[in-house]
Amino acid sequence: MLPIKTKVLKAEKENEKVIRLTLGLQLSGAQPGQFVMVWVPGVDEKPISISESKPTLEICVANAGPASEKIASLKAGDEIFIRGPLGHGFEQKGRKWLMVGGGYGFGPLRFLARVGKDNGKSVEAILGARTKSLLMKKAVCETCFVTNDGSEGKTGTSVDELERRLADKNAKTDMVFSCGPERMMAAVAQACKKHGVPSQLLVERYMKCGFGICGHCAMGKWLACVDGPAIYGEEALSNPEFGKEHQDRCGCKKPL
Amino acid sequence: MIKLEVSVAGVKMCNPLVLAAGVRSNYADLLIRAAKEGAGAVTSKSCSLEPRPGHPNPTAMIHGQVVMNAIGLSNPGAKEEAEQLKKAVKEAGVPVIASVFGKNADEFAEASKIIEKAKPAMIELNISCPNVHREGRMFSADPAATEEIVRAVKKAVKLPVSAKLSPNVTDIAEIAVAAKRGGADAITAINTLSGMWIDAYAKKPYLANRQGGVSGPGIKPVALRCVWQIRQAVDLPIIGGGGITSGTDAAEMLMAGATAVSIGSAVCYRKNAFAEISKELAEFMESEGYAKVSDIKMD
Ligand SMILES: Cc1cc2nc3c(=O)[nH]c(=O)nc-3n(C[C@H](O)[C@H](O)[C@H](O)COP(=O)(O)OP(=O)(O)OC[C@H]3O[C@@H](n4cnc5c(N)ncnc54)[C@H](O)[C@@H]3O)c2cc1C
Ligand SMILES: Cc1cc2nc3c(=O)[nH]c(=O)nc-3n(C[C@H](O)[C@H](O)[C@H](O)COP(=O)(O)O)c2cc1C
Repeated sequence: MLPIKTKVLKAEKENEKVIRLTLGLQLSGAQPGQFVMVWVPGVDEKPISISESKPTLEICVANAGPASEKIASLKAGDEIFIRGPLGHGFEQKGRKWLMVGGGYGFGPLRFLARVGKDNGKSVEAILGARTKSLLMKKAVCETCFVTNDGSEGKTGTSVDELERRLADKNAKTDMVFSCGPERMMAAVAQACKKHGVPSQLLVERYMKCGFGICGHCAMGKWLACVDGPAIYGEEALSNPEFGKEHQDRCGCKKPL
Repeated sequence: MIKLEVSVAGVKMCNPLVLAAGVRSNYADLLIRAAKEGAGAVTSKSCSLEPRPGHPNPTAMIHGQVVMNAIGLSNPGAKEEAEQLKKAVKEAGVPVIASVFGKNADEFAEASKIIEKAKPAMIELNISCPNVHREGRMFSADPAATEEIVRAVKKAVKLPVSAKLSPNVTDIAEIAVAAKRGGADAITAINTLSGMWIDAYAKKPYLANRQGGVSGPGIKPVALRCVWQIRQAVDLPIIGGGGITSGTDAAEMLMAGATAVSIGSAVCYRKNAFAEISKELAEFMESEGYAKVSDIKMD
């Protein structure tokens, strides 16, 4: 799969750290949870989740280091190259969905929420952040904001809110979808397991090739690029590296 | 009864398919996974004395019949790699071949000594990576350097040693002979072909390293020719590979003179490469009347 040249149509601020780029490219068949490799020639190529496919491709990029800073500072009219869609997205099972997102992780969930709505699913979302200025924009469904410091919406964590809803016998959630910091997702998976509700997560690992040849992005025997990035919570919890260990660019194991 | 067992320099394998170095082989869990998927042996990602981050992205691409990579030999360094290998040796259930590389003969020997502690079945010397040129020469382009490195490692460790050769040379047979002179117990061939991919719209090389190694189905004819030439020149066992994606491909590689067959890029072309290719090879042997792998020869 070769990279395709496209242009940035719009660059908008999602929050203090995250930029949403609307690109002049349609990736037919792109599914929520899949990602693209974003190549800025002369800079780097990085994996980024798809945060919308209609009418054209959209990505949300957090400034996390040298390469993502370059990507996040692209302006309307700038040229970039996209390889994808890559990986396995979410399995869109069940009828009543609950999204639990943190940070730029809410991007792919917002895409999923829109697709779910289009397909007649009942969708709700919990969106958490440390503080108001780090919240992403809401989804097309009812979105409950939670901040640690109470500067917007409810005070606490998105996992507290999830626990509350899972405990509600009338809620009858079929599937919880989560994307965000891995420790948050581990807590989400655990809460869902406790309440007997299936969950799916998007797990990231340092990625090089993006198509399953180099093996760098492994979590245990599971490869984020081709076996994932979507993974069932139960499977993630049974993986000894989930929530605990990842690897750097050399492949040295490091605590998360 | 079809027998798929082979033996390479005393290393017994339940089938001739060997996971190639650097293809999903960076960690113990991935080596174990390939073994469970049906590999007869597995080769670990090449490791050096010190950790290496490798080249920046883009580091790889797949298009049609070719794969290109310039990972740049990223690895966690021999010490951490030895820990991974220990686990793999314990749990894979098939022989683990440890790939090693260095900047000179001393480094190769030093890294091999550290790796030997993990008790792999064999050490494979990557003297043929085309992607680290700017750091020096490719040793397997030079018979004297090839011999020197093999000799240094043979002196340092007790394990069988295979020299992995590059097709990017004028006369690969000459290099195989040099490896044998140095004391190699086996030859692995081929590493990737040196190549380049230019993106016309970016007006730039696609790989950050500009050059990269070409693998995948498209290089099979080159691999067959190389292995055949090596077979004419030396009587060492050969782990032959390059572009092998099917049972008949594997049979062709065995006919060229390989003792076992390495499987790399095929993992991106087949759903379950090892199980499917070994089943196809067994079917081929059945239909063509071969009882064991070593019977597979050209007429
Ligand atoms: C499947 C997947 C989907 C992703 N989706 C998004 C997204 O939608 N939005 C977003 O902003 N970020 C996303 N990321 C993470 C993003 O790729 C990294 O934050 C980015 O590459 C950081 O690179 P850097 O050079 O700017 O930072 P660095 O300073 O190099 O690193 C900062 C952090 O990012 C991690 N990182 C660096 N390079 C990579 C890489 N090649 N692969 C994975 N992690 C890396 C590092 O481990 C470190 O924790 C995703 C990653 C994966 C694997
Ligand atoms: C992504 C990638 C990484 C590789 N890394 C190594 C390596 O670390 N050491 C090595 O000796 N060969 C390495 N190789 C070469 C392979 O082991 C193999 O020789 C080559 O790919 C040809 O076989 P194939 O066509 O079956 O892939 C690598 C190949 C690829 C595609």
